[in-house]
Amino acid sequence: MPTLTRWLVKTSLIMLIAGLALGVYLHLPGVSTAALFPLYLHLLTFGWLTQLILGIALWMLPKYTLEQPRGDERLNWLIYICLNLGLGLRVLFEPLPPTALPPWRGLGLVAAALLQWLAGMLFILQAWPRVKGR
Amino acid sequence: MPPLSRWAVRLALVYLGVGITLGALILAQKGLGSLPWAWSGLGAHVELMLIGWMTQFALGVAYWILPRLPGTAPRGNTLLAGLALVLLNLGLGLAVLAPFLPWSAGLTLARLSEALGLLLFGYAVWPRIRALKP
Repeated sequence: MPTLTRWLVKTSLIMLIAGLALGVYLHLPGVSTAALFPLYLHLLTFGWLTQLILGIALWMLPKYTLEQPRGDERLNWLIYICLNLGLGLRVLFEPLPPTALPPWRGLGLVAAALLQWLAGMLFILQAWPRVKGR
Repeated sequence: MPPLSRWAVRLALVYLGVGITLGALILAQKGLGSLPWAWSGLGAHVELMLIGWMTQFALGVAYWILPRLPGTAPRGNTLLAGLALVLLNLGLGLAVLAPFLPWSAGLTLARLSEALGLLLFGYAVWPRIRALKP
């Protein structure tokens, strides 16, 4: 299993635990769910499921070329960094009230959005040419 | 990778691109507050990411990777699997458009189409969920 896939899969497992723990917390009596529920969803769907899919896909899809079976590995590592940095910023800033820490909350969320978007776009760029017969 | 899998995976990548863009706009709106129209994409974002990207990617890879059957149809009933994916994608398209259509049954029909597609896919690949003989 390539190094990057190991990093993606192990990180996805950490996100799974974090997401499930947050889910348990959200079910405690008296806990307000509104601010944390989107984070719970995205830890599980983006941090766990999507990251796991990306890790396995980057490993398993047909080879790009013999010389570069997984395409440009630097871009693949950039996917990992953008995905997790974006999610990390989301963890920090999304639960805060809209008026908290101006302008850092706003900038943090925009950066989180851009980074996660970039991770997705880079994966499409890397995966598309590998969707082939052999 | 068989043609049906290539279609499913490429469509999944397209849906990832559109879905993640909608999601990034919604998160950016949370930070900026100046893109209120972004919230109208929430339903489409959820549908595209859960059904269009994650589920369809898994189905495409499953159709490729599952153990092959002996004989002349190693991947089973290709037509049935193809019909399943057509129903899934028709349902997905209808689910995304339903809020904008003057037709209250749109979302129900969409979900029925998606469900039927998934059931048919499961039926088509069920015989391939087997142990390989040593």
